[in-house]
Amino acid sequence: MLQKNEDNERQRAFSRRGLLLGGAQALLLTGLAGRMYYLQVIEADRYKTLAEDNRINLRLLPPPRGRILDRFGLPLASNRQNFRVVLVREHAGDVEKVLMALSQLIELDEHDTKRVLREVSRKRSFVPVTVRENLTWDEVSRVEVNGPELPGVTIEMGQIRDYPFADSMAHVLGYVAAVAERDLTGDPLLELPGFRIGKNGIEQKYDLALRGTAGTSQIEVNAYGRVIRELNREEGKPGDELVLTIDGGLQTYAHQRLQGEKSASAVVMDIENGDVLALASVPSYDPNLFNIGLTIKQWNDLINDPLHPLTNKAIAGMYAPGSTFKMMVALAALKAGIRPDYKVFCPGHMTLGRSRFHCWKRHGHGWVDMHEAIQHSCDVYFYDVSRKVGIDNIAAMSNQFGLGERVGIDLNGERGGVIPTRDWKLANIGEAWQGGETLVASIGQGFVLATPLQLATMVARIASGKQVTPRLTRGVRADAAELEEGVAPPAPEFLPLDVSPAHLDLMREAMDAVSNHPRGTAYRARIEEEGMELAGKTGTSQVRRITMAERAAGVTKNEQLPWRRRDHALFVAFAPVHKPRYCCSVVVEHGGGGSAVAAPIARDILLETQQRDPAGRRSLPIIAGTQIVERG
Amino acid sequence: MAVDIFLSRRNPELTLRQKFWQLNWGMVLLLCVIAGVGFAMLYSAANGAMSPWASRQMIRFGLGLVLMFTVALIDIRFWFRYAYLIYFGAFALLVGVEVMGTIGMGAQRWIDLGFIRLQPSEMMKVALVLALARYFHGVSSEDIGRPLYLILPIMLAVAPAGLVLKQPDLGTAGMLLLAAGAVFFAAGVRWWKFALVIVAGLAAVPIGWQFLHDYQKARVMTFLNPENDPLGAGYHSLQAMIAFGSGALTGKGYMQGTQSHLNFLPEKQTDFIFTMLAEEFGLVGSLGLLGLYFLLLAYGFAISLRARNQFARLLALGLTTNLFLYVFINMAMVMGVFPVVGVPLPLVSYGGTVLLTVMIAMGLVMSCYIHRDIRISRRGTAEV
Repeated sequence: MLQKNEDNERQRAFSRRGLLLGGAQALLLTGLAGRMYYLQVIEADRYKTLAEDNRINLRLLPPPRGRILDRFGLPLASNRQNFRVVLVREHAGDVEKVLMALSQLIELDEHDTKRVLREVSRKRSFVPVTVRENLTWDEVSRVEVNGPELPGVTIEMGQIRDYPFADSMAHVLGYVAAVAERDLTGDPLLELPGFRIGKNGIEQKYDLALRGTAGTSQIEVNAYGRVIRELNREEGKPGDELVLTIDGGLQTYAHQRLQGEKSASAVVMDIENGDVLALASVPSYDPNLFNIGLTIKQWNDLINDPLHPLTNKAIAGMYAPGSTFKMMVALAALKAGIRPDYKVFCPGHMTLGRSRFHCWKRHGHGWVDMHEAIQHSCDVYFYDVSRKVGIDNIAAMSNQFGLGERVGIDLNGERGGVIPTRDWKLANIGEAWQGGETLVASIGQGFVLATPLQLATMVARIASGKQVTPRLTRGVRADAAELEEGVAPPAPEFLPLDVSPAHLDLMREAMDAVSNHPRGTAYRARIEEEGMELAGKTGTSQVRRITMAERAAGVTKNEQLPWRRRDHALFVAFAPVHKPRYCCSVVVEHGGGGSAVAAPIARDILLETQQRDPAGRRSLPIIAGTQIVERG
Repeated sequence: MAVDIFLSRRNPELTLRQKFWQLNWGMVLLLCVIAGVGFAMLYSAANGAMSPWASRQMIRFGLGLVLMFTVALIDIRFWFRYAYLIYFGAFALLVGVEVMGTIGMGAQRWIDLGFIRLQPSEMMKVALVLALARYFHGVSSEDIGRPLYLILPIMLAVAPAGLVLKQPDLGTAGMLLLAAGAVFFAAGVRWWKFALVIVAGLAAVPIGWQFLHDYQKARVMTFLNPENDPLGAGYHSLQAMIAFGSGALTGKGYMQGTQSHLNFLPEKQTDFIFTMLAEEFGLVGSLGLLGLYFLLLAYGFAISLRARNQFARLLALGLTTNLFLYVFINMAMVMGVFPVVGVPLPLVSYGGTVLLTVMIAMGLVMSCYIHRDIRISRRGTAEV
């Protein structure tokens, strides 16, 4: 009984303490519930964001670069499949063994193998490592066939820029290459490994339009970065397809035709709308090499080549225009009131002060009027009239014809040439203008410099009487839907020049005579085909000074001089002579005489142009009023 | 009927059949529901597959149920009689792993029986409560006030805790001491003595810190400042909290937990399984499971209060507290309010020993319920 009482007391004591313990535990559990509420309700949004950040990675999908087409839709720059072998370590097992097996099938050098081994050891086991790019079809099939012996090896396809015309289009198109540090603009596309941007030519000028916009792919990754699945995909916008004014076939022809020369350039333009149909410069280079990556030796060879293959001489080569400049002097003279029948006696030279200025024809032309002076390219005639007109008037006239400043073609690197004036000399050389310098300038020598593109523009303006401006890009290719509503953009309307049409007629007649009169300087390089005859003007510009002694002994023939000291040969022309549509300029560096070297090339190119007649054929439709975003 | 009940009160000796109907079926149901939640989460953890976890856990639970019923139906006096023997058996095993662990490599906490890896430290959680309940059953109210009578039970508790701490297993050692403390408290040990122990314990913290392993120190430091080092030691804690919080009110949906399925969550099938549940079912799910445990614990306390002998009272209370400690420490740990100490969520986390231990413990609690009216003399003889 005693024990029972005691037990009752113990039970009471236990109950007190048990309830206390239970209460304490209940309190702690309530605390847990409070913590749950805090994490899952109050802080839920923060943790949701953190969880999403954990799991979702945004990946950029590079858009296909827009193609570049010629005026008829011929692809000049396109994208081709680039096959590359990639290796995934976790599937490969023994990487070195797999690489050994792979090197039996495709070409792998020591360098590649080392790089792969290094990358493989640095990256996570499921990240693919590129072993080699640009596999040939043969190599692809060999790898595919031997798949079972190459665990972890797969072929991936990417895109690489392809220039089917290789070197004949290089100076127009430029090339694409890897993004350099200074090209970074904040566009995340540029930071993608392997992304390439335009580095020259059209590729550079219209890089933004060609590039397109990147798509995005939201992918779910796990804690180790392995891709689980794609959650969402937004396709990017492919780059615009750019349509050039170039006629691919004509460009190829011009390039081929210039191949015989060491260093030369040619421009063919449509006189009516300024379309540049061909723009060739030799020597050239293969832009495809830049995609794949040049070796250091290849690069050094290119930049150290004395013939400057990387320079587009048609727009960046500046030459003394020689006698091709004489039309400018003649027009300035006409404007100043000198009548076309004004005659000058040419004894073969002219004396001004203590200097004697020679005509190219040693014994002179006798009495010549303006027409004859151009036809025979008499220097003395122009010495005479230039003294009467003055350099500033000649310069003003030249400027109207596109000389002396950039004509503004859509390529980077265009140069503006030089048309000197009194002020120009004072500002740039710091000396006063000398009377004799006007004489030298009147035959396109001395300070006067022009690019082949400027010379072509000059001829286009002489032939049309309008302020023709060359253009290289027609616009963005229209797709079928846009064609429904779209109309091709109207041909550019050029304003007339501030030159009397009668004066221009005189120039055209004189140029006709140069080529089609048996005594013209370019008669041997005429076009005989009916209705395709050209009208032109030769030019031969000295790159050295002929001394009195040499002149006395007889001027050394060009063929006997070292190449570097020979004269530049120039020729400008338009055709057909009575209904001008095309114009052409040709400059052959150190080629010798304009009539002997440059004129036949221009003749062949203009004949080919007329036979192809790109202006008469229907060209690719383009979107009306498209603005092309340029990247400077 | 009324007579029957009267008789059964008068005569607590029951037949096996009567005992079976006396089983606490509400508790059995609760256990099954909680275990069922566990199976569902293990299925999800394996990305929708029964193997490797869910199926094995089910088999073990089935085994556990049989074991639990067996334990529950065995007379409470049997457990009273063999309480010390069981304790010393468990202690011997604990010493055994310690010796083997020294011989073998690193920290080994289990004995491999082939079909199950037995963790003696888990068995000790039950055995210690058994031994302490038996001891305090035999000590009168007056004697409990005498410090001399506390020496033996303190040794009973500290010896295994010390061994476990040496393994090193901070969580289990702490649980052993806390469960023992609860039994001491319920047995009537004076308040001021607890105060003394707590003060002494706090004073010992700086000394104890010296004995911690580096990774244990790192865990504690991480707990105190988890965002300090989000990719290093704090990574698990932080990712667990992200998983937990991102579940929000209703969760991301079953098997849709991104943190768990993309492996941001560590140990998702064992210690951090509650986080996965919270991520997939949100506050609704986490509060729901907490509620189930609350009910289970309430049952345990009710049983301890209802028992008419001190042994059953202390045993039921000690084991219930033990269950509470599992639940509380695990949940607090995954929610970032307790250091990561490696305590699983009972019945839900994957793992055999803890499951079996908890089932045995629940079996003993049920035995306390079935045999609630049996009186046991202080010396151990039954009284009617």
